[in-house]
Amino acid sequence: MSDSPQHGHLHAILDRPNSYIGRSVPRPNVRRLLQGRGSYVDDIRLPRMVHVAFVRSPYAHARINGIDTDATLKIPGVVAVVAGAELAEYCTPWVGVLSHLAGLKSQPQHAIAIEKACWQGEAVAAVVAETRAQAEDGVDAVLVQWTELPIVADMETALDDQTPVIHPDLGDNLAWQRTFEAGDVDAAFAAGTVVEEEFSFGRHTGVTVEPRAILSSYEPAEGRLTVHHSCQAPHMMQNIFATHLGLEEHDVRVICGDVGGSYGIKVHTYADEMATAALSVMLRRPVKFIADRLESFLTDIHARDHRVKGRMAIADDGKILGVEIDDLTGIGPYSVYPRTSGIEANQIVNLTGAQYTCGNYRAKTAVVFQNKVPMCQYRAVGHPIATAVTEGLVDAAAAAIGMDPIDVRRRNLIPDDAYPCTAATGLSFEGLSHHRALARLVELMDYDGLRAEQTRLREQGIYRGIGVATFIELTNPSAMFYGVGGARISAQDGCTLRLDAKGNVICTTGVTEQGQGAEAVMAQVTATAVGVQIDKVRIITGDTDVVPYGGGTWASRAAGIGGEAAAQAGKALRENILKVAGIILQAEPGTLDIRDGRVVDMTDGNDRIGLDEVGRIAYYRADTLPKDFQSELVATRHYVPKLYPFAFTNGVQASWLEVDIETGFVTLLKHWAVEDCGTVINPQLVDEQIRGGVVQGIGGALFEHCLYDDQGQLLNGSMMDYLTPMAAEMPDIEVAHVVTPTKDSELGAKGAGEAGTAGAPAAVLNAINDALMPLDVRLNIHPATPERILAALGTIDGL
Amino acid sequence: MEPMIDIKTSVNGTTVSARVPARQTLVDFLRYHLELTGSHVGCEHGSCGACTIRLDGDIVRGCLVLAAQADGTEVETIEGLSDSGELADLQATFRTRNALQCGYCTPGMLLTAQALLADNPAPSRNEIREYLSGNYCRCTGYQAIVDAIESVATARRGVTS
Repeated sequence: MSDSPQHGHLHAILDRPNSYIGRSVPRPNVRRLLQGRGSYVDDIRLPRMVHVAFVRSPYAHARINGIDTDATLKIPGVVAVVAGAELAEYCTPWVGVLSHLAGLKSQPQHAIAIEKACWQGEAVAAVVAETRAQAEDGVDAVLVQWTELPIVADMETALDDQTPVIHPDLGDNLAWQRTFEAGDVDAAFAAGTVVEEEFSFGRHTGVTVEPRAILSSYEPAEGRLTVHHSCQAPHMMQNIFATHLGLEEHDVRVICGDVGGSYGIKVHTYADEMATAALSVMLRRPVKFIADRLESFLTDIHARDHRVKGRMAIADDGKILGVEIDDLTGIGPYSVYPRTSGIEANQIVNLTGAQYTCGNYRAKTAVVFQNKVPMCQYRAVGHPIATAVTEGLVDAAAAAIGMDPIDVRRRNLIPDDAYPCTAATGLSFEGLSHHRALARLVELMDYDGLRAEQTRLREQGIYRGIGVATFIELTNPSAMFYGVGGARISAQDGCTLRLDAKGNVICTTGVTEQGQGAEAVMAQVTATAVGVQIDKVRIITGDTDVVPYGGGTWASRAAGIGGEAAAQAGKALRENILKVAGIILQAEPGTLDIRDGRVVDMTDGNDRIGLDEVGRIAYYRADTLPKDFQSELVATRHYVPKLYPFAFTNGVQASWLEVDIETGFVTLLKHWAVEDCGTVINPQLVDEQIRGGVVQGIGGALFEHCLYDDQGQLLNGSMMDYLTPMAAEMPDIEVAHVVTPTKDSELGAKGAGEAGTAGAPAAVLNAINDALMPLDVRLNIHPATPERILAALGTIDGL
Repeated sequence: MEPMIDIKTSVNGTTVSARVPARQTLVDFLRYHLELTGSHVGCEHGSCGACTIRLDGDIVRGCLVLAAQADGTEVETIEGLSDSGELADLQATFRTRNALQCGYCTPGMLLTAQALLADNPAPSRNEIREYLSGNYCRCTGYQAIVDAIESVATARRGVTS
C-alpha cells in the first residue's frame, strides 16, 4: 500500500472511483420478497417438528393453585403439557438489570410462570402438539385453579402505601428512579415567564405484521441447538440461549432469516420464546412458536406509557432560561432482559431540552412496576416523549411571550459553529446542524406562505395548524449504552469479505436486515471499497455460525457501525488482492487499483487483469506464485465508535393539518422532515426510513393506544380495535438532508432509523394545538383522538 | 376425530386434491399443505391484508376463507402471479422505488394493487390510498407504495410523463 498523497485519496472510502456511496441503488434482497419467496420463520418446516401454544393468564395478577392437564393429554395430536416448575429444570430465570442504571431492580423471571401470573397474557403452561390447531385445542382443555390477587394497574398510585407490592421480595413497586440537576434552576424560573404543561403518552406497541416467531431445534447427539428466530440481534440471543439453557455458546446457532418487521420489538428476551427453546431441548425435537395477533398484543413489549409534568421559563427576548421535568412511567411487572425497562425513562432525562443552549435543567423520573404487559425499548426509545415535552413547552412559551415559535427555536438552538460541545445533561455532541436544518425546513415548507394561508382559512372557520419539532437522535451507540452496565450486547460489529475464484465478493456481516436496507448498504460499501460492481457482491447476514461477531440491527447502528466495518474490510481485501495482482503483473501493488472488478493502473486506469483471473491463479495455480508468498483473498475488520459514546444526529420536522372542531377529526395535509445523518449512503433508503418512522410516530400521536381497564385487562387486543396508521389517513412526507459526517469513522455515516419517530408526535401535537389556539385550547395527550380533542374543546365530557 | 373434507381446487393452474380439516383456513392450507408460503398470516381476523390471495378472480383474505370453501374454485397466489409475469411491472417498480421494507405485507399489497388497476386504470393518489386502506404496512409509511402504483398505472396507460 502506498501512503503517497497522489494515491492516498483513492484509498479514502468517500473518494473511490465508481462509488456506490450516495446512490439510490435497489436492495439486493428484495426480489425474493416481491415474489413471496422469502424465508420467514413460519415458512420453515423441519422433520419431527411440533408446535407449542401457551396457556395464558386471564388475570392481571393471580396465584396458580394447580394445573389440571388430564383432559389435554387425551386430545389427538397433543405431545406434552409442561408447566413452569418442570420447564425451570431446563431453563434458568433471568433478571433485567444493568449496573449503570444504579439501583434498578427486578424480580427473577421464568420462561413459564411458576407461582403466580403478573400480567394478563403471561404464560403459565405450554401445550405441545403436532399442529398449532391441536395445541390450541389442548390449551382450551387445561384447567388452571386461580386465586385472584390485588392488581396494580395505575402507575400514579403504584408507590402509595396502600397499594399492594407485586414482588414482596423487592420491598416496593419502585423499579428505578433518577434525578438530575444542572445550573441554577430556581433562579432561572424566578427570572422569566413560566409555562407549565402536563403531558401523557399512551402505551402502544410495535404491531410487527409478522408476529414474533421462533423455531428451535435441538440435536441431542451433539448437544447442539439451532434456533430460527425472527429477531434483530442473533449473537445476543445466542448468548442468552446458551446461558439460560446451560449450553456452550458455540453449541448454539441462531439463524435470523427474513424478518417481517422489528422496530425494537424483536430485540428482547421473551419468556415464551425461551420456553420454546427449552421445550426443544426437553422434547429433543424441533418446536415452533408463532405468536397469534392476540398474543402479540398481550406479550410483545409495550412502550411509551409516561406521564411528564414539564415547566419552562422564558425571557421576554425569547431566551429559554430553565427547563424542569417530572416523569413517571409504569413498566409492567418485570424489567425486560437484558436491555432493561429503565432506558426509556433514562433517555427522557438525557434528551429533554438537549437541542437548546439552556443550561438550567432539573429532571426526575420514577419507573414503577404494575400488572400490565412489560414495557421496553421500541423504535426511538424515549425520543418521541422528550421531543414532545420539549417542543410542546417551547410552543407554549412562545405563545406566552407572543413570539413566533420558529423565532424562539432560532434564538435557542445550539449554534452550528459551537461544536464539539456538551449538553447540560452531559451528552457529547460532535457536530450538529440545527440551524441549517431549520432554515432548510422553513424554506421547504414555505413557512410564511403557510402562515398566511392559515390566517386566511381561519376567517372561514377552518382550523389549520403548523407544528414544528426540533430534536436530536442517539445513533451508533458504543458500549456505553449497554455493555458498560454488564449486558452481553455487542457494540462492535465485524465484516468478513472474501474473493471467490470468479471475482465475486462474499460479504458476511454481524448486522442484520429486517427491511431497513442494511444489506443494500453493506453491498454498496463493499462494492465501493473493494472496487467491484454491486451485483458481484453477495451479502450474508444473521447466522451466528457464519457471520463475524456483532450486535445486529438496533439503535440506528447498522449503516454507521456495520458499514464502517465493511469499508475497512473492503480496503483490506483490496490490498490483499493487489498484492497477488502485483506479483502476477510484476508491478508495485501501490501503483494498482481495482475498478469495476478489474485491476487497473492507478494513474491512468489502464486495464491490467480481471479479478476472476486473480482468483483463478490464486486458488488453482498457486504453483505459479513465488514460494515465499501466500495469497490471502479474505479480510475481516471490526469497528466500534471510539471518539464519542454516541453519534448524535439532529433533525427538524413540521406538520400541517386541519382539525374539524365539530367532529374532532384531524386531517394530516403534509409533513416535512429535514435530518442530518452524516454521510448518506443510499438516499432513497434513508428517506424511506424517515418516512416509515414518521408514520410510526404519527401512529402514537393520533391512533395507537393499548387500552386497559382498572383490573389490568387489555381492552383492544386485535387489529380491529387497536388503530394503526393506514394508507388513507397518511400524508405525503417531504424529506431533505443536511450532511454533517462523523469523524469517528471514515465513512462518516450516522444512523437514520429512528429520527422520523422521534420528531413526528411532537410536530403533530404542536400543529393540533396551533390549530386550536384561537379557541384557547391546548391538549398534550397522546394519542390525540377525536374524542379527546372534543373533550378538550368542551364539546363532550372529559375522559 | 377431527372432521375432514375432501376438496379439489385449482391452485396457480395446477389441480390439487386434498383432504383438509374442516376448520382449516385457505391461507393455512396454502402455506402448510401446499408449502406456498408467500401468502402471509398477520392478524387472522381480516384486518391486515397480508394473506390476500385471488379466488375465482377476486382478491380475498385467505384467513377469512376456509380451505373447504375453495372446493371447485380457482386460487391464485403471489407465487403463481410471479411466475406468470402478470405482476412483473409492479414488482420491478416496487423494487426500484423501494416500496417494501420487511416484505411481509408485500404479496398482499401487490395483489391489491393489481386489483385496483384492473378496476381503475387511472387512480388518483387518494384513490390509491383508499384502495390500500385494508392492507397494513408498518415499515414504509405507504408513500413509496402509492408512488410505485401511480407510476405503474401511468406506464400501463402508455402515458409518457
